[in-house]
Amino acid sequence: MEIFTPANVSFIMQGFAKTIEISVLAIICSVVLGTVLALVKQFCTGKLSVFKWIVSAYIELFRCTPNLLWILFIYFTVKGSDIFISVLAFTIFTSAVMAEIIRGGLNAVPKSQFEAAQSQGFGFFQSMRLIILPQTFKTIIPALFSQCTTVIKDSSYLAGINVAEFMFSAKVVMGYTSDLSQVLLLYGFVFLLYFVLNFGISLLVRAYQRRVVAA
Amino acid sequence: MLEGLFDSRRWQLTFADMGSFIEGFTFTLQVVVVGLIISLVLGTVLGVFSTTRSRILRGISRVYVEFFQNTPLPVQVFFYYMAGPRLLQTVLGTPSPVRLSAFAIGAVGVGLYHAAYVSEVIRTGIESVPRGQMEAAQSQGFTRPQAYLYIILPQTFKVILPPLCNQALNLVKNTSVLALIAGGDLMYNADNFVSTYGYLQGYILACVLYFVICFPLALLVQWLEKRSKQKPRAKAIPGITPEPAKEA
Repeated sequence: MEIFTPANVSFIMQGFAKTIEISVLAIICSVVLGTVLALVKQFCTGKLSVFKWIVSAYIELFRCTPNLLWILFIYFTVKGSDIFISVLAFTIFTSAVMAEIIRGGLNAVPKSQFEAAQSQGFGFFQSMRLIILPQTFKTIIPALFSQCTTVIKDSSYLAGINVAEFMFSAKVVMGYTSDLSQVLLLYGFVFLLYFVLNFGISLLVRAYQRRVVAA
Repeated sequence: MLEGLFDSRRWQLTFADMGSFIEGFTFTLQVVVVGLIISLVLGTVLGVFSTTRSRILRGISRVYVEFFQNTPLPVQVFFYYMAGPRLLQTVLGTPSPVRLSAFAIGAVGVGLYHAAYVSEVIRTGIESVPRGQMEAAQSQGFTRPQAYLYIILPQTFKVILPPLCNQALNLVKNTSVLALIAGGDLMYNADNFVSTYGYLQGYILACVLYFVICFPLALLVQWLEKRSKQKPRAKAIPGITPEPAKEA
């Protein structure tokens, strides 16, 4: 039986769209949360250092436990739509990784930039928003984008909680055939699409790095 | 949402079932060890390939790395699980599909996946060794394989150890992919417990057990990173190394 029927293909492509949707939302949320976490870990000293310790513990906890654990955990404890659960789960652990990436970027900004901003009368939040963070994000773009490919790849773990993303949809269609060549063809298609997406992103990053090095 | 989190009866029941967690934990550790060996051996070979002069070997390494880095591990593991047995049957010509144990799928799955990352680590390590080292080694009569083995690879250790340990950490976390194919690892047993009893405690216990393996690795990575940033200090050889200048 031929499984690449228009209906099946459109079903799988809906899964692919869902994969992209979840990944994009999760990345945006975790960059925002990750920035907050990085700023707290970097700048909450003295009386505020209790927040620094909380954030450090948060980061270590999520970097040292599997993603799938948190996907299952959130699926079990939080009620909501597929997208909401998926984005929430991905945000809580990806933001920990993002925080470390962003902190690396903050460390790369010369100290004189902070001092110059202060001497010009910028407050903390102003100097972060207008002076420090723009420079930070510029340096971490490669790491940030390679984390994006990680999120896209890891979103296939969501097949484990029956979210109809790309891998899950492909598995559903695979259930309709027992013909080995059809299964191989379908896997080839799944691998190809993930590959094109992720390889495309990594080519963009490489082009960016070359441009930065050349400049 | 988190009801019954502090219910002592639930905790007691969870600890009463500790056996299955420990069983999964040991299984996970075994997969980690074998997966790590596969990824280190294959990754080193591919990493060396990518720095040789042969276009074919470089090409093999490049294609392998790009494929495994740009496709998801769960998809690869599903592939081994669903298509592997019949694919092997066709290739090997056996009368029935080849049975693949969860252990084999897990170890080979994470092993092949992380070999791609290890290969990149080894490549950057080798590229960090000055070219003159290879030339010097060859001028001393070392063949290229000998030069790699005795001169180049030992010098890469300092550079590659932190990212290698980081890969080991990721490998431990990624073995949880086995839960997706009912693999009997820690994650699967914990998930089984939670779906049987409906108690959140199972996940928390699994979380603690994973943390126990991964946190020491994370600390090791930090320590190695700090150490690799320090300037190398040559061992003092009496009579040859000049005495450090005394501070006035």
